[in-house]
Amino acid sequence: MGPADLTAHIPSLRRYARALTGDAWAADDLVQDTLERACGKWRLWTVGTNLRAWLFTLMHHLHASQVRQSSRRAAMLPLVDVEDVEAELVAPAAADGLALDLQRCLLQLPEEQRAVLLLVSLEDMSYAQVARITGTPIGTVMSRLSRARSRLQALLNAPAGTGHVGSGASGDTPRLKRLK
Amino acid sequence: MKLSPHTPLSDAEIDAWIDGQVPPAEQTSLQARLNHDAQARQRVADGLALRERLRTLHRDALDEPVPTALLAAAQGAQAARARALRWQRWGGMAAGVVVAFGAGWMGRAHWPAPDRQALASANGLPGFARDAVLAHVVYTPEKRHPVEVQASEQEHLVQWLSRRTGKALKVPDLSRQGYQLVGGRLLPGAAGARALFMFQNNEGVRLTLYLGALSPQPEGPAGAALPSSVDTAFRFTQEGPVPAFYWVDQGFGYALSGPLSQRELMALATAVYQQL
Repeated sequence: MGPADLTAHIPSLRRYARALTGDAWAADDLVQDTLERACGKWRLWTVGTNLRAWLFTLMHHLHASQVRQSSRRAAMLPLVDVEDVEAELVAPAAADGLALDLQRCLLQLPEEQRAVLLLVSLEDMSYAQVARITGTPIGTVMSRLSRARSRLQALLNAPAGTGHVGSGASGDTPRLKRLK
Repeated sequence: MKLSPHTPLSDAEIDAWIDGQVPPAEQTSLQARLNHDAQARQRVADGLALRERLRTLHRDALDEPVPTALLAAAQGAQAARARALRWQRWGGMAAGVVVAFGAGWMGRAHWPAPDRQALASANGLPGFARDAVLAHVVYTPEKRHPVEVQASEQEHLVQWLSRRTGKALKVPDLSRQGYQLVGGRLLPGAAGARALFMFQNNEGVRLTLYLGALSPQPEGPAGAALPSSVDTAFRFTQEGPVPAFYWVDQGFGYALSGPLSQRELMALATAVYQQL
């Protein structure tokens, strides 16, 4: 199938979904839903157009509607005590303190800012592509990107309230300075 | 646009520089302005560092083996695509193709004349009922792939379709009426995912139960006061290529279609309604 081979796109869909959701299981569910959605919507994909961008578009819309639904449902869910599920909370093997901190700060960005920042930084999408994927004007994409970046840097520079002890891994962090 | 090398960079220009999205023609002049703008240089350096840091995030996901569930989903989509391409080669999922299926059911021997009419009249049905009868005539003649998930995996089928349609579904038991579940599939509808369950009796007669949300999901727990939450009585139609009963219950539409008399279909629809 060459460039139209879906499986070739799964790894980058999984990485993006993880960064977006901060949860490996939720991410794979999202990828699975995206592939199933692709199944029903093939007729809307024109051969020769960018399959990767189309898959990210499907995923973007699925995620956005899941976020809307879960915020509606959140009030009804029973609360779980962290200590009860402690054993199930396993950190991903390669995650060091810095990565966890970055993911934690990313999750504090508004959904739409996080999506734009990740599509541009992680996936090397052009601003125009991100505008098509998210269905927003390019000016909105650029202002979200700019806000996402300065907000994320501010969050990373803020004294970490929880957990993160500068595990001595690298000297990178102090170079990131708060803006404005 | 020629700007003086002393013009400070805008936010958008700083972002574009960080992301490598400055058009080649503008790079030289932007670089010159950057040389005069210490604050912008600092922001570019910070932005590049952040970008590099983001790119290390979940890098391992790129090298991990893909879980088999995802591979299976991709293969399913790939197969669906092959089918879609075949449709396109035949001129899209055009009326003519559906007429052929409809004709197979209704007219058997003598098509096309009467059945073009049957299909045209299906266009006059409410959207949901029309989708339901078209799904029936498209999928019931299938010998090898009438459903996506077989009855043998009923539990998985119900969980999957419930998740996709956003409602806890139940498969009605029609064994007293002589019908066994064949399986089900997911279909696209006007307001999102729709589900189809297929049943068959010993004579090979197939029924389909087609269901899905009608308009935006009801707000609030009780689904109050939306047009789609107005329940309707059973409606019968035989204007389409196959007769059907359809009704609305709490924002969800249901349609039972099958090549049966109104009385037989009514009895089955009642059984379905009572069990859901």
